[in-house]
Amino acid sequence: MPTSNRTLPRLALIGAILGLIVLLFAWVGGYLTPSRISSDGLVDTLERATGKVYPGYRRAHSKGVCVSGHFTSTGAGLALSHASLFAAGDTAVIGRFSTNAGNPMAPDNAALFHALGLRFVLPHGEEWRMAIDHTPIFIVSNPRDFVDLQVANTPDPATGKPDPARLPAFVASHPETQRFLGLVKSTPVPSSFANGTYYSIHAFRFTNAQRETHLVRWQFEPQTPFAALDPAAMASLPPNFLFDELLTRMKGGPLQWHLILIAANPGDTTDNATVQWTGEHQRIDAGTLVLDQASTEATGACLGYNYDPTILPAGVAISDDPLLPARSAAYAESFTRRSIEIKDRAPDAITQEQQQGATP
Amino acid sequence: MNEPISERFALPARVLHWLMALLILAMLLIGAGMVSTVSARYPQLLSWHRPIGLAILVLALLRIIVRLTHRTPPLPSDLPALQVAVAKGSHYVLYLLMIGVPLIGWAMQSAGGYPVTVWTGFVLFPILPHDVAVYGWLRQAHGLLAYAFLLIILGHLGAALFHGLVRRDGVFRSMTG
Repeated sequence: MPTSNRTLPRLALIGAILGLIVLLFAWVGGYLTPSRISSDGLVDTLERATGKVYPGYRRAHSKGVCVSGHFTSTGAGLALSHASLFAAGDTAVIGRFSTNAGNPMAPDNAALFHALGLRFVLPHGEEWRMAIDHTPIFIVSNPRDFVDLQVANTPDPATGKPDPARLPAFVASHPETQRFLGLVKSTPVPSSFANGTYYSIHAFRFTNAQRETHLVRWQFEPQTPFAALDPAAMASLPPNFLFDELLTRMKGGPLQWHLILIAANPGDTTDNATVQWTGEHQRIDAGTLVLDQASTEATGACLGYNYDPTILPAGVAISDDPLLPARSAAYAESFTRRSIEIKDRAPDAITQEQQQGATP
Repeated sequence: MNEPISERFALPARVLHWLMALLILAMLLIGAGMVSTVSARYPQLLSWHRPIGLAILVLALLRIIVRLTHRTPPLPSDLPALQVAVAKGSHYVLYLLMIGVPLIGWAMQSAGGYPVTVWTGFVLFPILPHDVAVYGWLRQAHGLLAYAFLLIILGHLGAALFHGLVRRDGVFRSMTG
């Protein structure tokens, strides 16, 4: 065929062009850089550290109960951000109290970190979601260290326990993790979800109506007087004591927290969740969070939401803290996995306990 | 071989084709990049993903109107019947995907209870009620159809280059010229 010695190189050129595009996608998709942390890889690491997949449950902070109520703004927050949450008036909120365990059936005395997810429903379809903790700082400063810490905590299939040498080795090489553990050791754990302060952990970039920006942390401070959990009594407490206490307490009336905004002083570290701000800071009381309804995840409305702290209204944006994008990506992957599995979800531990109590 | 065809696609069709080719390729790369990293590139890519997706949806609807109101150049008369069938069928699938993938993205975020934030302060209304099981299905469909889209685009580009470089029958020039 007279054209064949021209056809072959042209076909090869077409193949090369298509091959280059495939290669571009492989590079962008991370297939050529296995060390890149993907949301898939991060959530796989969490599942391995938990030791088991609990279908339909969050991959972290898996045990929780639903709450709802409203936020009454003082209007004072507008000094820092033009977010509509801070305009004087009420905003509806739903939320979820949780503990840090990956195993949703774990007893409450095994998971000592309390957290609160919040979803503020704002005008024009906007939302502000928060994932706030009862510790003011985080255990690691970046996603790589988070993955390494999970790996150090992952049970060895042979023994069923993490390698006893790995966690101390990780802590020894991470002074910020030592700082966090030191703080946890010296700070009493709240006896209830109701009497803890919940911290934003990260700084966020606030912009006010004058277009001035500030890096801001915030904390919800309880009106319920603080009481410490007695470590000596902990071992004898029932498995769901923390969640049961909240559900019982809230039958007696609403719980309130003040939202305190704290803007960074010049020189404060704003991109590292392991560094606390010290010294005098201006505090702005932006309003009151009132939670007046509580229920299990089986009957409440909080289960179907991802409390991704990067879902923000106009007037608030993420800072340069590298944990914020990682949380967002990992939360989204966890939400996708549990949504796909939702039909196989077993009733949560608190619902199971209530059902057993009802039919002895 | 017969005479190459000399007719071109109408100018609006050609402009829309190349603009959307650029946007769709960028969109598929953004999607592939988004799920590959937990770094600061993740929120950056996500903030591009939604406005470009909405743009593709709007342009695709516009393109259907252009397609229905303008004449399309005929395929070469000597093209084998199987290739004609593949050419026509694959174009229907391309139209379905350029509307379906963004629409599923919007629907899945609605079902997931997420605000569909196109850019800061501009949130689209939900097009499905909040239902995580539906979100789970649609989220999988969104990803799988995006990969199918990439494969069909590769086939489309390969066939176009085959027309342009090997058959030289005017089909490639009807969209470039």
